[in-house]
Amino acid sequence: MLISKSPLSFTLRGAEPADLSAISALDQRITGVGKRAWWQSQISHYAGGPPERFFLVIEGDGRFAGFAMGEIRAWEFGSPPCGWIFAIQIDPSLRERRAGTMLFEALCARFREQGVARVRTLVDRKDLQILSFFRAQGMRAGPSLQLDLDLKAGAT
Amino acid sequence: MKLQTATRLALYAVLELARDRERQRSAVELAESLGVSTNHLAKVMRSLGRAGLVAAERGAAGGYRFTGNARRTTLMDIVALFEEQPGSRAPESGEGTPVGAAIASVLREIDEIAEATLRSITIETLLRQGNIVRQS
Repeated sequence: MLISKSPLSFTLRGAEPADLSAISALDQRITGVGKRAWWQSQISHYAGGPPERFFLVIEGDGRFAGFAMGEIRAWEFGSPPCGWIFAIQIDPSLRERRAGTMLFEALCARFREQGVARVRTLVDRKDLQILSFFRAQGMRAGPSLQLDLDLKAGAT
Repeated sequence: MKLQTATRLALYAVLELARDRERQRSAVELAESLGVSTNHLAKVMRSLGRAGLVAAERGAAGGYRFTGNARRTTLMDIVALFEEQPGSRAPESGEGTPVGAAIASVLREIDEIAEATLRSITIETLLRQGNIVRQS
């Protein structure tokens, strides 16, 4: 039986430079890799950038709860303009309250407003949690197949 | 990906029962809707019962009902009851040769993608996306 969690009031807003510490700390907690300088560059690239770039923060009862980052890109890998979700992370203690869904839907709404009709992302196929999250949002395998080559193995 | 008949019957039965948790379906009713014999389906339902995904109620109004957690149970949880676990299959003849190893690596790649897909889709996700949940 699932135990329903206490309701929180979530609000969305654009990311600001002052969010850097919270974003960087949450990402490090989840991925185990600290990359504060990279997040700083992403916030300055996405937040307040051109209308096709989005960096959103979600707060639960006024407390930082997570973030998502996306952008409309055109003709990369031959793909017509579509929205890309590059990152979406929710504080583990605040999951399963639809905060991730709110971020996902907010990004999709902004992509639609900009006239694109498709959203894409890339996930590690062993990361079943994020894979299940995107599946639950209705995403399916797309027409592209991501390929890798281990350059150290001397395969070429 | 080729699934055994028992696996496909299990997926169908679980999804049929989970789409309307209040309703019980008899083995005969389920078997008829699938076009299989009751005996064939009964074996599948026993496996699902042992896994805690379905339960049988006796009596005139009895039948099977879904008892799993639709938000937590993935398609792979059902498939794994009937199919060999991906990555655990016994080496096949020829795999010790360079050509056999190359073929095996491609098959492993396909298995990994199939497994990730099945593990990422829950019963609830599939029912909701297919818009086939019966509201009670």
